[in-house]
Amino acid sequence: MDKIFRYSFYDLIRGRWSISYFLFYLIITIVLFSFSNDVSMVVISLLNIIIVLVPLVAIVFGIIYFYNSKEFTELLLAQPIKRSRIFVGQFLGIATSLSLAMLLGIGLPFIFYGIFISSEISNFIVILLTGTCLNFIFVALAFIIALKNNNKIKGFGFATLLWLFLAVIYDGIFLLLLILFNAYPLERLALGLTLLNPIDLSRILIILKLDVSALMGYTGAVFNSFFGNIGGIFLAALSLIIWITIPLFFIINISNKRDF
Amino acid sequence: MSKLVIRELHKAFSKNQVLKGIDLDFSSNGIWTILGPNASGKTTLIKAILGMVIPDSGNISINGETITNNWKYKDKISYLPQIAHFPDNLTVNELLKMIQELRNRTGSLESLIKEFDLKPFLNTKIDTLSGGTKQKLNLSIALMYKNPIYLLDEPTVGLDPIAVINLKKILRKLKREGKLIIITTHIIPLVEELTDKIIFLLEGKIKFCGLKAQLQQNYSSKSLEESIAALLQD
Repeated sequence: MDKIFRYSFYDLIRGRWSISYFLFYLIITIVLFSFSNDVSMVVISLLNIIIVLVPLVAIVFGIIYFYNSKEFTELLLAQPIKRSRIFVGQFLGIATSLSLAMLLGIGLPFIFYGIFISSEISNFIVILLTGTCLNFIFVALAFIIALKNNNKIKGFGFATLLWLFLAVIYDGIFLLLLILFNAYPLERLALGLTLLNPIDLSRILIILKLDVSALMGYTGAVFNSFFGNIGGIFLAALSLIIWITIPLFFIINISNKRDF
Repeated sequence: MSKLVIRELHKAFSKNQVLKGIDLDFSSNGIWTILGPNASGKTTLIKAILGMVIPDSGNISINGETITNNWKYKDKISYLPQIAHFPDNLTVNELLKMIQELRNRTGSLESLIKEFDLKPFLNTKIDTLSGGTKQKLNLSIALMYKNPIYLLDEPTVGLDPIAVINLKKILRKLKREGKLIIITTHIIPLVEELTDKIIFLLEGKIKFCGLKAQLQQNYSSKSLEESIAALLQD
C-alpha cells in the first residue's frame, strides 16, 4: 500500500491537475486578502468555497483518475500484491495530493498575511482539516462509484449527481421537511439528517468553531444546543472521520469481489 | 516445470456467457498460443489465470495449488497487458523501479533496455513516449524476471520490425529455458514461427487444443491460416 501510495502521489503531485488546483486556491486566497486584510473575514469567505468546491473537485478528479488508470491498475493487479492494497494506496495517493494542493494554495497566503501571529490560527487549522476530510471522503465516494460502474459516462454522471445532491438538493429537501413538519419536534431528525451529509457536517463543524451565530442556521443551532459548542465540534469531527472509514471499507469490499 | 491446470471454468459478465466450461492442461512447457476471433474469451481466460477475473465456477491451479483467494502465486507469473498505459508523470526509470519495489525483486533490465533501445528514454516522462516505445516499456516490465510462467496478451502490437525480431529472440530463449509461455495473438505468421501448441477458442469453448502440425493435419491444409479458416467453418 505504501509503495502504491508513494508512486501514485508522486505521479499526481507533478501533474497539471494538482498544479492548477494549487494555483486556483493560491489566487482565490490572495484575491480574498486583497478585499480585506481581516483574517477572520477571509476564513469565513473560504468556508463557502471549500465546502462546495472541494467535494466537487475531489469526486470528479477521483472518477477521472480511476477510469484513466484502468490499464495500469490491471498491470498492478497482475503483480503479487493484495487487491485492497492497490486501491487503498491509489485512494490515499489522490486524496493526499489534492489535499496538499489545497493546503499549500490556501496556507501560503495566510502565512504571508501573518496567520501565525493571529488569534484566528485555530479557526484556520479547522478549515484546512475539514477541507482535507472532504477531499478524502469524496475521493472515496468517487472510487466506490467507479468500482461499481464500468461505464465511464454513467460513473461520471452518478458522481456529479451525488455531489449536486449533497451540496444543493439535500438542503432543499431538508428545508422542505422542516417546513412541512414544523408542528413536530424536529431536532433529532435534523441531527440525523445532518450526520448523513458530510458537506453539512463540515459546514456545522467550521461554523461552531468560528462561533458565528448569524451563520449557524437551524442545524448549527440544534447541534449547539444538544451538544454544546465543544461537544458539537467533537461529534461533527468524529462523524467526518466515520465518513472516511466507512467508504474505505466499501472500497476494499467491492474491489475484492470485482472483475477487472 | 510449472503445471497450470484449468478445470470446468465458467464465467459470465451479466447475461453474456464468456467462458463455457474450459478444461486445459498446460502439460508441457514451451510456447502455447491462444487463438480465436474477437470476443471468443481469450483475454478473459488470461485474466482468470491472473486472478483479475473471478470465475463463476471451476478451478485454476498451479502446481496443484488453487489460485482462488490467493495472490502470492502471481510472483511466479510475468504478464504483458494488451494496452500499455502507465502513470503519465512518472519517468521510465521510476516506473521500472516501482515494479521492482512491488515485486521485492531486482529484475534483469540491462539487456532488455538494450534490445528495445530504451536507454535514451530512461529519464523521460511517460506521457511524452510514443505508442511503440510504451509497448517496449510494457515488454521490458513483463520480461525482466525469470519466472516459470509468462502470459503475453498481443505482444507484438505497435512494435517496429526490429523490436519484433528481438522479441522473438527472447521468446525462443525463454522456451529453451523450459518456461511456459502463453500468448494471445491474431498474427498467424508469428504463430507459425514460434508456437508449439495451439488452443483455439470459439464462443467461450475450446474448439481445438493440440500441436500446430496436428491442426494442419486434421484439416489437410497447406497453411495454418487455411486450417484456422476450416476450423471456423467446421
